[in-house]
Amino acid sequence: MIRKSRGDKVFDAANGIFMVLFSITILYPFVYLFSMSVTTSPATISPFSLLPKPGTFTLDNYKQVLSSNFVLVGYKNTILRVVIATVLVLLVSVVTAYPLSKRNLPHRNVITGFIVFTMFFGGGIIPMYVLMRSMKLLNTIWSLILPGLIPTYSMLLIRNYFMSIPNDLDESAKIDGANDYRILFQIILPISTPILATVVLWTLVGHWNAWYDASIYITKGERQVLQAILRQIVVMGKLEELGGDANMAVTPDAVKSTTIVVATVPVLCVYPFVQKYFVKGIMVGSLKG
Amino acid sequence: MAELQKNSLQQSRSSVWQRELRRLRQNKYLLSMLLPALAYYVVFHYLPMYGVTIAFKNFNFKKGILGSDWAGLVHFEKLFNMPSFWKVFRNTFIISFYKLIFTFPAPIIFAVLINEIGGNRFKKTVQTISYLPHFLSWVVLGGMFIQILSPVYGPINLILGKLGIKPIHFLADTSTFRSVLVVTTIWKGIGWGSVIYLAALTGIDPELYEAAELDGANRLQKTLHISIPSILPIVSIQLIFAVGGIVNDDFDQVFNLYNTSVYSVGDVLSTYIHRYGLVNFEYSLSTAAGVFKNIIAFVLIIATNYASRCMGDYGIW
Repeated sequence: MIRKSRGDKVFDAANGIFMVLFSITILYPFVYLFSMSVTTSPATISPFSLLPKPGTFTLDNYKQVLSSNFVLVGYKNTILRVVIATVLVLLVSVVTAYPLSKRNLPHRNVITGFIVFTMFFGGGIIPMYVLMRSMKLLNTIWSLILPGLIPTYSMLLIRNYFMSIPNDLDESAKIDGANDYRILFQIILPISTPILATVVLWTLVGHWNAWYDASIYITKGERQVLQAILRQIVVMGKLEELGGDANMAVTPDAVKSTTIVVATVPVLCVYPFVQKYFVKGIMVGSLKG
Repeated sequence: MAELQKNSLQQSRSSVWQRELRRLRQNKYLLSMLLPALAYYVVFHYLPMYGVTIAFKNFNFKKGILGSDWAGLVHFEKLFNMPSFWKVFRNTFIISFYKLIFTFPAPIIFAVLINEIGGNRFKKTVQTISYLPHFLSWVVLGGMFIQILSPVYGPINLILGKLGIKPIHFLADTSTFRSVLVVTTIWKGIGWGSVIYLAALTGIDPELYEAAELDGANRLQKTLHISIPSILPIVSIQLIFAVGGIVNDDFDQVFNLYNTSVYSVGDVLSTYIHRYGLVNFEYSLSTAAGVFKNIIAFVLIIATNYASRCMGDYGIW
């Protein structure tokens, strides 16, 4: 290793300082929001230390948000949605990707084209709504799950992964008399965990964060998902849903911030441990199959 | 002779069918696996695609899509004669253009700088922090920015106030709203966007750097003559796709940040389509706008995919 020159040292220091400032820029809003959620007067938070004025600390905001049925119902519906969607998406995507990965599949190109075309042309929101209505899926969890049952891009990534598995593996299984279903579930899937983990995580995050479909298809409060409820409270400012108690010394902005914190904490807790799988996924995705 | 020819033709025709049937039967398990997908794509993609005929009909819910009367191109004519539509059209392209200029280079620069960090732990930490906003919804981030940018006690305005600058209502001022869109896009996407470039940078053969060092190249020279040229192919592919997606305005972002006072600069095609369809209940007009947007997007994606194929084997399909 060649000794570092003075210019290099200056650059390293400047780069390091830049990265620290950058990280602060990313984290600052989260810390600020958290400060807002534990104070009675958000106006007194210092923009530099991010600490509220001493003596204004309170957990009442959390009491109010967690005691309202609204947020908890949202949590329940979101978790239900995420779990069902992830299981179904994975199952159907895998079962679709496998035959498409086989070169001997009759009319493979036609079928692939039929599927890929949908990535580039869609009907738009009104036809989707009409479809949901006529299938009587409005206000059901299926209106949130079925339209995204096969995320085409993820499914093609799985297909590409399957194609990279040497063919002789299932050839020999076939000679032993195994059919395609057994080959897929007992031989191919166990060695495909990296791509499956990535698709599972993408689906989890996608469904956790989804709000637009729910805000259109779901009109009953008790069926609504967390993000759509969050939007009503935080962006549209409908605080009455939180059952505003006149006796509680809370300000609307503090309650809004608290709701955001409550809705985001699970992601923040899980995220550092799983982010490497997302990164892996994008690497797989950037390779052409 | 002719008889014979006809016979063999018939024979070969039937054997084509037989061969085809045999092929299908041999692959019956594989084909049966595709049945759920077939049903899914027909019902949830191709049926709604047929639904775009709403744009050419006077749609009403009672009569349904098939039963509604045809209207020809009336809705398109109406749409193209609406000044508000062209304003939105312009906004979409202006905002996308700004985003292209400012948000496209950001992750590239960030990746190059990250790559220069020596300490592995520090590098990992910065990366992990930088990816974080990518995993949060625009509902969360929208709510957050509304607080941060608040003119009353948002910290940004408090800091500006200390510098003697009057409070700026960032999200309600037509002169700042687009900048907010650009900056928040960078903030959310810079880390995640850098992943693909970092992968390319870490894939560079270290011998190249060693050889350059022996020749007396300094850090900047190595970056300019090795790092940047090595990622240039992936940069140009990404650029092509970014240009191809110029009509795909970020609905989630705009919808969660905008308000009536900035419609004149912030309203884009997707938010316009949403409001006309689901707020004003002008179903046919909204679908017509959607069809128009879809066609532009489709042409752009075909063109960009063609362009990227010309540059090497990097097409999406």
